[in-house]
Amino acid sequence: MKLLNLDVFYVIAGVFLLLVAGRLALDATQPKRGGSALFWGLLALTFLAGKLLPPVVVGYMVLALVVLAATKQLGAPRAGSATAAERIASAARLQNWLFLPALLIPATAVLGTLVLGKLHWGDCWLLDSANVTVTSVCLGAVVAAGVGLRLTRAPAMTPVEEGSRLVQTIGWAIILPQFLAALGGIFAKAGVGPEIADLVAHALPTQFPFVAVLAYCAGMAVFTLCMGNAFAAFPVITLGVGLPFIVTLHHGNPAIMAAIGMLSGYCGTLLTPMAANFNVVPAMLLELKDKNAVIKAQAPMALGILAANIVLMYFCVYRF
Amino acid sequence: MIKLIGILVVAAGFAFRFNTLLVVMAAGITTGLVAGMPFNGIMALFGKYFIENRYITLTVLLMLPVVGLLERYGLREQAETLIKRAKSATAGRVLIFYTAVRQVSIAFGINIGGHAAMVRPLVSPMAEGAAHARHGALPEKTSEAIRAHAAAAENIGNFFGEDTVFAVGAVLLIQGTLEAQGHPVSLWTLSFWGIPTAFVAFGLLVWRARALDRRVARDVAAASKPEKPQ
Repeated sequence: MKLLNLDVFYVIAGVFLLLVAGRLALDATQPKRGGSALFWGLLALTFLAGKLLPPVVVGYMVLALVVLAATKQLGAPRAGSATAAERIASAARLQNWLFLPALLIPATAVLGTLVLGKLHWGDCWLLDSANVTVTSVCLGAVVAAGVGLRLTRAPAMTPVEEGSRLVQTIGWAIILPQFLAALGGIFAKAGVGPEIADLVAHALPTQFPFVAVLAYCAGMAVFTLCMGNAFAAFPVITLGVGLPFIVTLHHGNPAIMAAIGMLSGYCGTLLTPMAANFNVVPAMLLELKDKNAVIKAQAPMALGILAANIVLMYFCVYRF
Repeated sequence: MIKLIGILVVAAGFAFRFNTLLVVMAAGITTGLVAGMPFNGIMALFGKYFIENRYITLTVLLMLPVVGLLERYGLREQAETLIKRAKSATAGRVLIFYTAVRQVSIAFGINIGGHAAMVRPLVSPMAEGAAHARHGALPEKTSEAIRAHAAAAENIGNFFGEDTVFAVGAVLLIQGTLEAQGHPVSLWTLSFWGIPTAFVAFGLLVWRARALDRRVARDVAAASKPEKPQ
């Protein structure tokens, strides 16, 4: 048994979303309150009762979320409740104590990974050992919220109020990463991956060792660009391009190939809006007007790293 | 070949700037239909994978109440105040320092950071605060460029430290995939060959961070010119 497993935190997140939806529904001054309340309410339901609902029902709920977002039924968040002067005054009062809760989040992550994840009484584990990283980050967020409330002596609803403002700032993009993962699953079920590997393998003269390396690294990057996830690209491109050409045909070292190949996939992650949790959600969270600003900032580094990987692999994979 | 239609839908959708959720749904449905799945079957798959991947959204969601609370009580302002005391701080140096900490800690399997937990409340106000202390008021476009680079620093630090010292998710996936194909490799070898790229990534980040500092100086100079003709 696991005391703090993912389901505990799904319920906490679900309750938070439900409160967001409820507050929006009751707020007569909120523009588009019906659509917004429905969106966050449906999402709350997937967190609270996700495993109990039949997948096809969840599928149609997700379809409803998409329709609400695409027809622009979500209202914009209100401006922050505190003025700049109030915030500066509060910062002057609390000073560096304000960092305590913020730093408790990474501190709990460290403690969780190193200690809490190993704590157990017989068969009763404190953290879900299969998901130590995620559960300890979640635990950190909850602990930090508690400490933050005590420190600021804020009313208990303030975190919900302020969290609601931030969740609306991100808006529908917050479900995009999860939704893209679902698309990845459908692509995999339909057999899209092997088709791409086949295409890359036949379009290029892979009888040259350098071309094989180029096809593998670029294939990892491009496939990741399309799927938004290097982990999805890795088995497909490695089995379709890497192993047959670099290892079998040219006798390259599979460990070097795979290690650098995965990192070439990450270069694709830096370049694609499909990797929404890394590129699009942060743009919304940081209130950037250009949703692709993060990708544009990363592009020179991504291309540089990819080029370095290709050179590095070419000089090492056939030698060691 | 017809199965690749989903990727075409995604590319076209992004090109014409349709709502991204709509594009993804359309890509999933067309791919499923050409692969011969019934419509309800596709909806069931969307539902199944949506529930299985809730953990991706979970960490961001749970972070928002505490970050919002601390922001309400002046966390970002305090982060700016603190960095202004460090005389040699620049936006670029803040990002270089953060990336270094992020790469080293994640190499040892410790995942501190994140866009919601660190970048919005701490890293981006510190980077902006350092630039502000040095150059005075920043044009809006410059502030946005600093924030975008803060997000980039988080991603670079996160991606290119992970596969080096301790075997975590990605390295285990690599080992599993190769072993299933009859190529057993050791975790240490895989981790070792991640190190050169980690250094390249850090070096490129240093380059971009310095370029960012030069850009900030340039932008501020350009913005202040019309007011002070010389």
